[in-house]
Amino acid sequence: MTATARRAGPVLPTARGPLSHGVVHALRTARAPDPALWRRTADAEPYGDDLHLSLYVLYELHYRGFAGVGGDREWDPALLTLRRALEDRFLTALRLDVPGPRTPAEVFAELLTEPADPSGSVSHHLRRRGDLDHFRQYAALRSLYHLKEADPHAWVLPRLHGQAKAAMAAIEYDEFGAGRADQVHARLFADLMADLGLDTSYGRYLDLAPAQMLAVVDLMSLLGLHRDLRGALVGHFAWVEVTSSPASRHLAAGLRRVGAGRAAQHFYDEHVEADAVHEQVVRHQVVDGLLADEPALSADVAFGADATTFLEDRLSSHLLAAWRDGRSALRC
Amino acid sequence: MQNADEYAESPQPRRITVERDGPMVVEGPVEVVTEDGTVAVSRRFAVAVCTCRRSAAYPWCDTSHRARPPRSRGRGEDRGR
Repeated sequence: MTATARRAGPVLPTARGPLSHGVVHALRTARAPDPALWRRTADAEPYGDDLHLSLYVLYELHYRGFAGVGGDREWDPALLTLRRALEDRFLTALRLDVPGPRTPAEVFAELLTEPADPSGSVSHHLRRRGDLDHFRQYAALRSLYHLKEADPHAWVLPRLHGQAKAAMAAIEYDEFGAGRADQVHARLFADLMADLGLDTSYGRYLDLAPAQMLAVVDLMSLLGLHRDLRGALVGHFAWVEVTSSPASRHLAAGLRRVGAGRAAQHFYDEHVEADAVHEQVVRHQVVDGLLADEPALSADVAFGADATTFLEDRLSSHLLAAWRDGRSALRC
Repeated sequence: MQNADEYAESPQPRRITVERDGPMVVEGPVEVVTEDGTVAVSRRFAVAVCTCRRSAAYPWCDTSHRARPPRSRGRGEDRGR
């Protein structure tokens, strides 16, 4: 990829239905989206490809945008109206499907217990039985998040205060390489991808990612972009930090077993150690700090974590089912 | 008013946060010398030092202290990355 192309941003993805066709078409032609589109959101599948690709593309305007799409489309009122309707559909479904209301203490007590039966765990599966191709599929899909690792969570900083803000900023500083560009976690993931023979271009694997992966990233963007959902963003972020260290341990062991390169192993080794720290800081300082300031957000923190469990479980089921049947977990 | 020397003589105490059944979290950077004389250095803003001795990344915590429930109670979901 040339420097010019890198600056220009990734290419727009291929549509997966009427909604994503309308969004991609509006961006490609620099025109307003069809005003009839938002009415089609009411019966869209809330976890489906069409809705989640549409949301993913609209959210991407807030990160790096797309080649050939004007930067001002980020705040195009017609696109924001459509995005709001898609978000309502997704969030309403999550509120119905996620258990609640619960307390953060209940939710994190469960997450802090290692599963006795790891048969539904992708990291356990990859540790024991993953081959190099499984790891490549896994990394290609996870690149949708890891190439912008910790970016969606940075949006919460102005919405936090005191202890919660200070601790959140400290964790984010670590995620962003503590001042060193070669240690930014997104860069470490690109190094992992290169080790596995994958294309490290931002957005390269969007077309290959199933709805289950898009929904995981869309949740982060949704929670990050809405101040009203700051409690859920913090709960989601705590989920990531609490679950990352043991999963990274399994993935690092699996990568060593299949003979992957040093950079591939290093990404997960780094996350074992970093996230064992982040887990402590996020639970005791970010979550507890936020709830000391705003106790009314307790159920939202639990919801953010539980919604992440719900969507990650759907992704795990997809990956394990595909591999059990000898299929690729990527879209063709 | 204190002068600069007085500040230098009374630095902020380094905070260590302890948790039952968990690591000690120490404000970084940290140097740990283990029994065999090995020196491990971590420059993070905070460092989780293993206290259960089960960590494969000892002296740093790798969350190996976490409880495992009886087999019948497993939920079985994947836990992340």
